[in-house]
Amino acid sequence: MAHCHTASMKIELPEHGRKIVLAGNPNVGKSVFFNELTGVYVDVSNYPGTTIDISYSKVGEDLVIDTPGVYGISSFNDEERIARDVILNADIVVNIVDAVHLERDLFLTQQIIDTGVPMVVALNMVDEAKSQGIKVDRDLLEHLLGVPVVETIAIAKKGMDELKSTINNAQTGTISHNNLKDKLVRMKAQVACQGEALLILEGDPVIAQKHGIEPGHDREEIYLNRRERVNDVVGHVVTLSQEGVDFKTKLGRWMITPITGIPILLGVLYLMYLGIGVFVAQTVVEITEEKIMAGIYEPFVQGLVSKFIELDSWLGYLLAGEFGVLTMTVTYVLGLLMPLVVGFYSFLSFFEDSGYLPRLAALTDKTLARIGLNGRAIIPFILGFGCVTLATVVTRILGTERERRIAIFLLALAIPCSAQLGVIAGMLGGLGGPYIALYVTVIFCILAIVGTLLNRFLPGKSSDLLIDIPPLRFPRMSNVFKKTFNKSYAFLKEATPLFALGALLISTMELTGLLKAVQNLLAPITVGWLSLPKEAATAFVMGIVRRDFGAAGLTELTLDPFATVVSLITITLFVPCIAAILVIFKERNKKEAAIMWFGSIFMAFLFGGIVNKLTGLFTNEINGIWFTILVFIGATILTPLFSKIKFSKPASSLSEEG
Amino acid sequence: MYLSEAKKGETIKILSIPNEIIRAQAIRFGISEGSIVTCDSLIPSGPVILRKNKQEIAIGYGLAREIVVEGI
Repeated sequence: MAHCHTASMKIELPEHGRKIVLAGNPNVGKSVFFNELTGVYVDVSNYPGTTIDISYSKVGEDLVIDTPGVYGISSFNDEERIARDVILNADIVVNIVDAVHLERDLFLTQQIIDTGVPMVVALNMVDEAKSQGIKVDRDLLEHLLGVPVVETIAIAKKGMDELKSTINNAQTGTISHNNLKDKLVRMKAQVACQGEALLILEGDPVIAQKHGIEPGHDREEIYLNRRERVNDVVGHVVTLSQEGVDFKTKLGRWMITPITGIPILLGVLYLMYLGIGVFVAQTVVEITEEKIMAGIYEPFVQGLVSKFIELDSWLGYLLAGEFGVLTMTVTYVLGLLMPLVVGFYSFLSFFEDSGYLPRLAALTDKTLARIGLNGRAIIPFILGFGCVTLATVVTRILGTERERRIAIFLLALAIPCSAQLGVIAGMLGGLGGPYIALYVTVIFCILAIVGTLLNRFLPGKSSDLLIDIPPLRFPRMSNVFKKTFNKSYAFLKEATPLFALGALLISTMELTGLLKAVQNLLAPITVGWLSLPKEAATAFVMGIVRRDFGAAGLTELTLDPFATVVSLITITLFVPCIAAILVIFKERNKKEAAIMWFGSIFMAFLFGGIVNKLTGLFTNEINGIWFTILVFIGATILTPLFSKIKFSKPASSLSEEG
Repeated sequence: MYLSEAKKGETIKILSIPNEIIRAQAIRFGISEGSIVTCDSLIPSGPVILRKNKQEIAIGYGLAREIVVEGI
């Protein structure tokens, strides 16, 4: 079988085996099929250069490979590039389509048919289609597409046996248009592979470059013809017997409309707070971090290390000291970070599979557009409250470099991670209303002001929201767990070396006396500008090691309520933890990362000082606090007005993938 | 008129979509120049939700201001 060789994944293939690839749009139940078709032993492999993992499993002689959910294959984003490479290398594609959304799903189906790879279509969720009054003529669909079509209800395991036996009868289907057929024949003469020929015609720069051919200019024509073909097929095979609005559709609309959507969002956030903020961050972490890691693991490791090296020696300190690679890093990653990341990813996977996430993106789009982002950026911002390092990695989903720049800087500057939030909430809790209001208002206003200014002054255009709003569904929990596991594992695998490197850097700074020097350097600003005791500088620097260390360091100082708020504002804005700094250096270029790093230190002291001085204008502290709050709110309202008066704002629009 | 000026519940015909990549993505979702769609809901100065049969897509305000449509 002549398939294309573009894959960059190293998967061992048995000599006579076939590559059976699962493909489909997002949320069509693909992973359920993967579980059904494969056995217990599933391998997960990271796709080079991306955060995306591909599951694959050997079944007899064959290899079954999963792909990310996509609406089409091209070079638009990482998911599509991977799906493209895996599908072009397939011997057989099992394409899963949602019977309720044939119009959308069959576009990918027809595109894969046009690549010339033999295919079987699994017409999934026929039960849901039926209950919505949608009837699909399977026989006619099979005839029109030219590939076998099997009706399935994956979650009820219906149609699976038939699908398995049909895989052997996979067929190359009917090309979407006669013009395309001719063009494919001509291009195929040059590149020897129909799939690659198709993508070159569709202007895919990567595949074209591989063959040293100029990318084609026919994408629009091919796409329009394919869309026409798909609409024609759907028009023939689908009959709608009722047109009504059910409860799920209504609920879906409520989630988007602000007047109902915001209360729903607040309810969801409250649930997240109960689940993560209370249960995971307190109950679970107390067991994992305090009891298991600090109580059992660390003494054990220190004992082990001390058998070979003196703990007081520099090597002993690097390995098993206060910030040791074997002590602090392991405790932090496994005891604290892992439970939190798992907690956040369970919610996120649930939202993703239920269809809430795209609705949330639509709801928040208007607000995020003010700071040069679109609704999709709500995902890294929610994750940022879990772990800023994680959120920084996740900004890869954003459409443009400009958006990533804005999001990463705002995350580093003004989003306190869960570790820090815990300590901050504890310290603020006892202070009373005005002090809490001051902290929350100032941080929020800084986020808005800095975001607005970045959007105003950064060159380039941000992308606009253009996403599919899938139907609401109750997620399959096993799938949510699996997703959570895969994503958490992938993140921890990527982040652990960074945390270890960070720990090494900090230990070295401590051993060489650099840490003390930095603290002394910051002391004058701390005392003169922020009116805080000299020791607060130590807490700020410790915040680089771990953000919660910094905040916790403040609890040891005896500060009056106002000084506590000033120091908490400063430490929130002050640089994120060392792992987050390293991940910024990894994700951005050195110059930009350095600007972000120094920028956030500068702003921390700038805004901390402004709060201190503004409030200090009044002899009555509480009056001063309300004055400061008003000043910050005023500045937030005026910032967008000012940037509009001085310059005319260019309209923005660029590519965005749903 | 532009899509951003459409009203809730209005049925409209898409006349032109700017930017080649946006057009390609819209075609995948089933919406191309000439498509007849319903404006399902909209947030003032925010995204517009378009529906065509069972397919719904959200389009940001900035983009909606560049898509030319006509009421039907």
